[in-house]
Amino acid sequence: MGQRREKFKDLHGEKNTFLNRAVFAGVTCLALAVVLVARLINLQVMNHDYYSTRADDNRMRITPVPPVRGLIYDRNGTLLAENRPAFVLEVTPEQAGNLDDALKSLESVIALTPKDIARFKERVRKTPRYRGVPLRNNLSMEEVARYEINRHDFHGIDVNAGLTRNYPLSLAASHVVGYVGAINEEELKELDSAQYQGLIQMGKVGVEKSQEELLRGTPGAKIIEANAYGRPLRELDYRKGAPGKNLYLSLDSKVQAVAEAALGDLNGAIVAIDPRNGEVIAMVSKPGFDPQLFSEGVDAVTYKALNTDPNRPLFNRALQGTYPPGSTVKPAMALAGLEFNVVAPEHKEFCKGEYMLPGSSRKYRCWKRAGHGWMDMTQGVMKSCDVYFYALANTLGVDRIYEAMSGFGLGKPTGVDLPLEKGGLMPSREWKRRARKENWYPGETLNIGIGQGYMTTTPMQLAQMAARIAMRGGGFKPHIVHSTEDALTKVVTLVKPEALPPIVLQNPKNWDAVISAMEGVAQLQGGTAYKIGHDAPYRIAAKTGTAQVAGMAQNEAKARAMETIPVHLRDHALFIAFAPADDPKIAVGVLAEHGGHGASVAAPIARKLMDMYLLGEVRYRDGTEPVAAVVADPNAAPTEDDDINDAR
Amino acid sequence: MLSAPRRSSRPEPSLADSLERWHIDMWLLLLLLAIGVIGLVVLYSASGHSLDQVMNQGERWIIGLIVMAVVAQAPPEWYRAIAPWIYSVTVILLILTLAIGATAKGAQRWLDLGFLRFQPSEMMKLAMPMTVAAFLHGRNLPPRIITMLIALVMVLVPFALIAKQPDLGTALLVIAAGFFALFFAGFRWRWMIGALAALGAAAPLMWNKLHDYQRQRILTLLDPESDPLGTGYHITQSKIAIGSGGLFGKGWLNGSQAKLDFLPESHTDFIFAVYSEEFGLLGILLLLIIYLAVVARGLFIAARAQDTFQRLLAASLSMTFFIYVFINMGMVIGLLPVVGVPLPLVSYGGTSIVTLLTGFGMLMSVQTHRKLLSS
Repeated sequence: MGQRREKFKDLHGEKNTFLNRAVFAGVTCLALAVVLVARLINLQVMNHDYYSTRADDNRMRITPVPPVRGLIYDRNGTLLAENRPAFVLEVTPEQAGNLDDALKSLESVIALTPKDIARFKERVRKTPRYRGVPLRNNLSMEEVARYEINRHDFHGIDVNAGLTRNYPLSLAASHVVGYVGAINEEELKELDSAQYQGLIQMGKVGVEKSQEELLRGTPGAKIIEANAYGRPLRELDYRKGAPGKNLYLSLDSKVQAVAEAALGDLNGAIVAIDPRNGEVIAMVSKPGFDPQLFSEGVDAVTYKALNTDPNRPLFNRALQGTYPPGSTVKPAMALAGLEFNVVAPEHKEFCKGEYMLPGSSRKYRCWKRAGHGWMDMTQGVMKSCDVYFYALANTLGVDRIYEAMSGFGLGKPTGVDLPLEKGGLMPSREWKRRARKENWYPGETLNIGIGQGYMTTTPMQLAQMAARIAMRGGGFKPHIVHSTEDALTKVVTLVKPEALPPIVLQNPKNWDAVISAMEGVAQLQGGTAYKIGHDAPYRIAAKTGTAQVAGMAQNEAKARAMETIPVHLRDHALFIAFAPADDPKIAVGVLAEHGGHGASVAAPIARKLMDMYLLGEVRYRDGTEPVAAVVADPNAAPTEDDDINDAR
Repeated sequence: MLSAPRRSSRPEPSLADSLERWHIDMWLLLLLLAIGVIGLVVLYSASGHSLDQVMNQGERWIIGLIVMAVVAQAPPEWYRAIAPWIYSVTVILLILTLAIGATAKGAQRWLDLGFLRFQPSEMMKLAMPMTVAAFLHGRNLPPRIITMLIALVMVLVPFALIAKQPDLGTALLVIAAGFFALFFAGFRWRWMIGALAALGAAAPLMWNKLHDYQRQRILTLLDPESDPLGTGYHITQSKIAIGSGGLFGKGWLNGSQAKLDFLPESHTDFIFAVYSEEFGLLGILLLLIIYLAVVARGLFIAARAQDTFQRLLAASLSMTFFIYVFINMGMVIGLLPVVGVPLPLVSYGGTSIVTLLTGFGMLMSVQTHRKLLSS
C-alpha cells in the first residue's frame, strides 16, 4: 500500500513547499527575535535608570542611628538627666512567624502586661516591614538571662541594648528638668520626621522640652545591603549624625534639695533667681513626681492616678500656678506711691484695724484687727499694714497701680526658658470692661493694693519682682540654661543673659526708701520677718504675704484661728526676699499653698535656701563664683567679648 | 570520472569532515558547547556560587552529549521505524503519570519507576515530532483532510494528557512540535487560519478550564505591579533585574537581584534574568545570536535532508527549540505569561538538557547519514 502511494508522491513539489515554509519559519524566528530585542532595549536602555533605582531600593535599607541625647547638669556638674543602658525586647514580626504564638511562648520567659502587648501591636502597624518593634523596655538582668538561655526558641525576637533616660534627682527637680516620653500621634504630625529618625521619645516638660532641639541632636544613618528576606548583609555607607548638646543649668541641686525639703509636707512652689544675671538657682514645685515613670513608659493606671491626684503633682506651680500675691506687692505699691509723688516716705496714715472709702460703710479690714495706729511708709511695709496700703491704693487709683505693677512684670509671663509658663492677671479698668463687661469699682482698687482681688501672679513672677527691686530696676530675663557643651569637642558656649529694659525712676532715691523698708521687715523688731531675718549673717530685704483664699464675713470681728479653718480654705503663705540687701546675690519667691501666714511658714523656707546659697559652697563647675552679667549698652559698638560669644 | 585525480589531491580531512565520519555535526556541536559554557557560567552566579549545582549540571551535559553522540550513530530510518512504538509507550506512561504519578508543586508530572524518576512529558517532546513526521512520511503532501485530522488527534491526545498534569509549558512545546511537523509538510494556510480562528473562538472556554494559578499568571502579565508581592512578584523582580543590567550588565557575580534573593527561581526558569542583569543587552545579543544560529543550522540540515521524515523531523526539532527560547525569554521579560518553560540548555535541571541533546543527536543523524544520491 505504501508502495502504491509512493508513486503519486510529488517529490519536487513537496520539497519546494518545504523550502518555502522553512524560509517563512526562519523569517518568523528573526521577527520574533527582533520583538524580544525591542522589549529588551525598552527595559535595559530606555528604562535602565528606573530599574536601577528599583534594584537599589530593593537592596539598600536605611537604618537610622538615633543620636545620643545630651546630658543635663546643674551648675556644679551634678547630673540631673543622664542616659542609662537599658535592655529592650524587640520583635521583628516578619521573622517571628505567628505573632500570637510567639508572644505566648515569650510570656513564659519575660513578663508581659496586656498593655505591653496592645502598645506593641499598635507599633507593629506603623513600622515598616523587617524592622524590630519594641515590645518591652527595661528588662531586668534576670529577664535578659532567661531570654539568653531560651533564645534558640525565639525567631525574630531580640534583646537590644539601648539607652533610657534617668533622672537622679527624681522628685526634687521633676518639674524643672522635666522628662522625655513616647512621641504621641499629634506630636508625630508636628515634628520634623527627619530629625527624629530612630527616636521614639522626646522631651515633654521642663528643660527636656524647652531645650529639645539642643538636647536631641541629629540622627545619623547606616545604609545597609539587605537580602529579600530583610537580613542585613553588609554596611554600604554611614551617614554621621551628631549627639545632642549637654546642658549646664544655672540650677543648684544643693539649693534645690534644701528648698524642696524646706517645704516639708506643704504643697507650693519656690523660685530663687540670681538678680545679677537672671539665672534660676532653684525652682521647686511640690508635690513632685518621678520623671523616671515617663521615660520608662508610664502605664495607664499610674498615669491616671497622677492626673487625678487632687494635689496635682504634674502641675508646675512655680510657673503655672497663679495665686493672689497678697502683701508681697506692698513694696512695689510703696514705690509707686513715691514715684507718682502721691505720698512722701514720712506721710502717715492711722490704722484702726479697718478702712472705709469716703462715703461708704463697707469695711476693709487690716489683718491686725486691733489696728497699727499711726503708720509711715516704712512701718506700713515692715508691719504690712493693710490700712496704709488701702489708703495709698485709693490715692494712686487703679491706672497708676496697673502701670507700676506691670512694670515689675506682674500678670505677664517672665519669659523664662521653660515651657508652659502662665501669666496670671494684673487687672485694669480696660481688662474689667473687656472680660467682665463691668466698670471698675473703687473698692477693687483697695483689694489690688494689698495683692488680693482679681490679681494673680506666679511664684516665678514674685521672685522676679524681688530680683528687680534688688537690682534697683535693672535685672535680666530669668533663664535656667547656663551654658551648652558640645558632647564631642567639649566646647562650652555660655548663654548670654538678656538684660531687661530697666525700670527708671525719676527719683532713684525712692529705691533706697523701699529697699530700706524691706530690710526693716527682716531686720527690725516689729518687722513681719524679723524672726528669720535678725540673726542672719547677711542682711535680708523681704516682704511677707498672706493671701486669702476664702472671703471673710463683713461682721466677723475677729479672725478665726488658723487651726480651726479647713485646710483647703486656709490662706496661702507667701514671701519674697533678696539678700544680701546691700549686694544682692539671690532673690526668692516662696508660696506655700494653704500654709497659713507668710511670716511663720514661707519666710523660714526662704531663709534656709538663702543660707544654703550664700553661706554654702555654691560655685560653678569650673570653680568660679556667680557674677553679675554685663549689661550691654545698646548704643556701644560690639566688644571683643561679643565676637567671641557669637563665634561660639 | 573525475573522482580518481581528485582523491589523490584531497587535502588533509578537516575537523568538520572528521567529526562527520563519527556522525557528529561540528557546527551544531560548537554552538551547543558555547551555550553550555555560558549556561554553566551563569548558573554559578544564579545558584549563589554553588559549585555543587554547576558540577551537577556539568554531569548532565556530559550524559547529554554522550546520549547525543549515540543517538547520532543510528540512521534516521531507524527512528522512523521506532517512532510509533515510542509514541505509544509515551502515551501510556503519560496516562500512568496521571494515575499514579508523583505530585510536586501542585502538579503531577513525575513518574517514579523505583530506580528512576522522570517526566514522560519530556519524552513526548521528541516522540511527537518523530511520530508526526513518520506518519506523514510516504503520504501525499500537502496532506489531505483525513490525514490532517488523524495527525491532529495524534497531537492533541498527548497535549491534553500533559496539560491535565498540569504542565502548560511542556504541553505547548509538545503541541508546537507536532504543529511544526504539519506546517512543514504543507498544512494549508487556510486550514491553519481556520484552526487559529477556532482556537480564538474556544479561548473563553479554555479560560474557564484553566487553573486559578494559570489564570492569575495571565492576568499578572497584563499588570504585574497590581500585586507586587503576590503573583506579580516574579515578573516585577525579573524586570528590575533585566532593566538594571543595562547595556553592559553589572558584571559576572555582581547582579544584586539574584544574589540577594529578590529574583525567585533564579537558577531555573528565571536564569535569563540573572544573565541579563550581569551581562546586559550585549550579552543577550550574543546568546540570542547563538540560539538563532542553532536554529538556522537545524533548518539548513532539514533543507538538505533526503526524505520527508528526516526533513519534517529536523525542521520541527529546530523550530521547537526556537519556541522554547522564545517562550522562556518572553516570559522572563514580561511579554508572555509565566508558564514553566526553562531556558534551553542554560536553566538548571537535568531532564530537559538530556532531551534537547537527544533531539540534536537526531538532527546530527539526519545530517550525517546522507547518501550520495546525485553528485
